[in-house]
Amino acid sequence: MAENLETATYGAVLCRGLGRSYGDSSLPAKASDKVVATRLANRILHFDPSTGVLRAEAGVSLVELNRLFIPRGWFSPVTPGTKFVTLGGMVASDVHGKNHHREGCFGAHVRALRMRLADDSLIECSPAEHADLFYATIGGMGLLGHILEVEFVLHRIPGPWVWMESERVADLDAFLAALGEAAPKWPMTMGWIDCLHRGRTMGRGILMAGRWAEPGEVSAEPPRPTREKSVPFEFPNWALNPFTAKAFNAAFYWRHFRRHFKGPIAPEPFFYPLDAIHDWNRVYGARGFTQYQCVLPRAAGAAAVREFMDRLTKLGAASPLCVIKDCGPEGKGMLSFPLEGTSIAVDMAVSPDIQRVVDSLNEFVIEAGGRIYLTKDRFTRPAHFRAMEPRLEKFLAVREKWDPQRRLRSAQSVRLFGDPV
Amino acid sequence: MKAVVLGGTSGMGRAIAQRLAERGDAVFLLGLDEPDLERSASDLKARHPKHAPIGYALCDLERPEGFAAALDAADSALGGFDSVIVTAAMFATQDALEADVELARRLVTVNYANTVVFCEHARKRLLSRGGGRLTVFSSVAGDRGRKPVAIYGSSKAGLSVYLEALDHKFHAAGLSVLCVKPGFVKTAMTTGLKPPPFAGEPDRVAASVVRAMDARKPVLYAPGIWALILLIIRWLPRFVMRKINF
Ligand SMILES: Cc1cc2nc3c(=O)[nH]c(=O)nc-3n(C[C@H](O)[C@H](O)[C@H](O)COP(=O)(O)OP(=O)(O)OC[C@H]3O[C@@H](n4cnc5c(N)ncnc54)[C@H](O)[C@@H]3O)c2cc1C
Repeated sequence: MAENLETATYGAVLCRGLGRSYGDSSLPAKASDKVVATRLANRILHFDPSTGVLRAEAGVSLVELNRLFIPRGWFSPVTPGTKFVTLGGMVASDVHGKNHHREGCFGAHVRALRMRLADDSLIECSPAEHADLFYATIGGMGLLGHILEVEFVLHRIPGPWVWMESERVADLDAFLAALGEAAPKWPMTMGWIDCLHRGRTMGRGILMAGRWAEPGEVSAEPPRPTREKSVPFEFPNWALNPFTAKAFNAAFYWRHFRRHFKGPIAPEPFFYPLDAIHDWNRVYGARGFTQYQCVLPRAAGAAAVREFMDRLTKLGAASPLCVIKDCGPEGKGMLSFPLEGTSIAVDMAVSPDIQRVVDSLNEFVIEAGGRIYLTKDRFTRPAHFRAMEPRLEKFLAVREKWDPQRRLRSAQSVRLFGDPV
Repeated sequence: MKAVVLGGTSGMGRAIAQRLAERGDAVFLLGLDEPDLERSASDLKARHPKHAPIGYALCDLERPEGFAAALDAADSALGGFDSVIVTAAMFATQDALEADVELARRLVTVNYANTVVFCEHARKRLLSRGGGRLTVFSSVAGDRGRKPVAIYGSSKAGLSVYLEALDHKFHAAGLSVLCVKPGFVKTAMTTGLKPPPFAGEPDRVAASVVRAMDARKPVLYAPGIWALILLIIRWLPRFVMRKINF
């Protein structure tokens, strides 16, 4: 763990933020590799309230940023579904949020990065300066260099409340149609669907749309901080099975949300529903779990989403959580995940069968012209990744230029790109 | 509050300075690295919406001759401080200290002798205007002589006793002294050591320190569980202490 990234990253092979990536991208390939944990490097270096430009050390977390800036009327331009992430991790994964169709990924709002490169030199890069390095770093999973400082633009918000409208939708086609209709009207949209139900009600779910509330619509009081609950112990492995998963989904579907909801909600439960329960991953038992997230292009249509769901159920990949999101156009990050179309994320307990499940889903995604999200991946095979990533050659060429020896690497890059161990 | 923080650029000192600045207190940082001081001061300014004065000056616990000047700089920048916090100290493992007598001399001098000298400078200034608060980080390692921290622990034991005496002596005159005894806190200092299950986070510890300062408490174990652990440790008979490697 380091406070001073400039000294600590010297000779390091990888950085790790708050470890919220589901896969092996922030894990070293071998135990002796020097990995720098950045979370103590948490200084904000500059904030300009006239433009919203903020420069900070890479270990600053979104929790901290929200705590400091929401009351002052500013918010991160893009937030993932958890606030326990660092700025460095947000850049390296080029995270997307509920507003992707409007604002793109986090990287689209980054103005400059200060980095330590594989040859241990320090450099500042931006869309104008060393643009190849800049765009390969955004979404590049930390493989181009250690990010020391991030400069990006915060958005002005009218107040500390979100206005949310949500409704239950009966089946998948209706759901996708509703999602498509909501996107132009709402800055933020997303949905939860129950992917265990077969037949007529397959893909029933809850569609959520939101925007920042105007001061006149809500109480003048800021939302009270929520008391956080935590999962006190790991559930036994047998606790998660298709039956309990089904029960969980049903409970979530029927209890958590009324048929229609319309009104103000605090940012925390809106953006980070899972953060309310600390250590919620323990529900998955000691074997842990992974997440599978892919995006299917718009051109493949609703049929592809339905087929994907079908395959998922047939494979028996029980998933209490399935998040669906309408993505906007592809960004400039060379390996950034989103693509115009529908993103689907499903949690999966790690079972002996997981490799077969992931292979099968990947084959489908390749056929549909989609791709997977590296930050959530632990089981994709190199050949599959190559097949779904036409931009890979370009990325590797930039890597070749800045790190010909592949000094910077992770367990994931060894697995996917064949880096030396 | 108008606070001077020696060690405010890193670890728990930084976390405390951040808390204070956030609630609108004026903060002056003392430390040994100029770029680090500058970055930390910028951080406090960016976090602090109301822009109370924030400044810094160089001060090295190995150079007692600079203490008076550093505190004077803080005094004029803040227009008279009413609170001094010392989190800076030196740490080295028992193995390293046993292998290098010069390192042991430096550590004992910094953690005990020079810290006392710094506190004396601070105490005089505080008392000259009717008192205030002095908060100093000692350690649970000073509560009992223990094998894994024989030298470091003894330097902190001396410091703890000094702080207790100071509290008795000047309490009536308006000076409240807080001796903070952190147990294991996850900071850069403890990187590489295996954290016990009840290890603390700097943020939480900082919050409890600020609360204890406000409440004018004399002693704070942080995280709180260490008060209980040390209660037991302090009562263990010698022959048991000899056996265990705690
Ligand atoms: C509940 C939950 C919900 C999520 N929701 C979303 C979502 O809606 N959208 C989305 O896009 N993602 C989502 N994610 C994924 C998460 O946003 C990313 O994995 C994020 O990158 C994690 O940040 P971290 O700081 O924990 O990084 P880590 O997990 O520690 O690291 C992630 C990657 O970043 C690299 N990295 C970290 N710091 C640096 C640095 N300073 N320099 C260079 N490289 C660095 C690491 O090497 C690694 O490759 C979610 C995750 C969880 C657990």
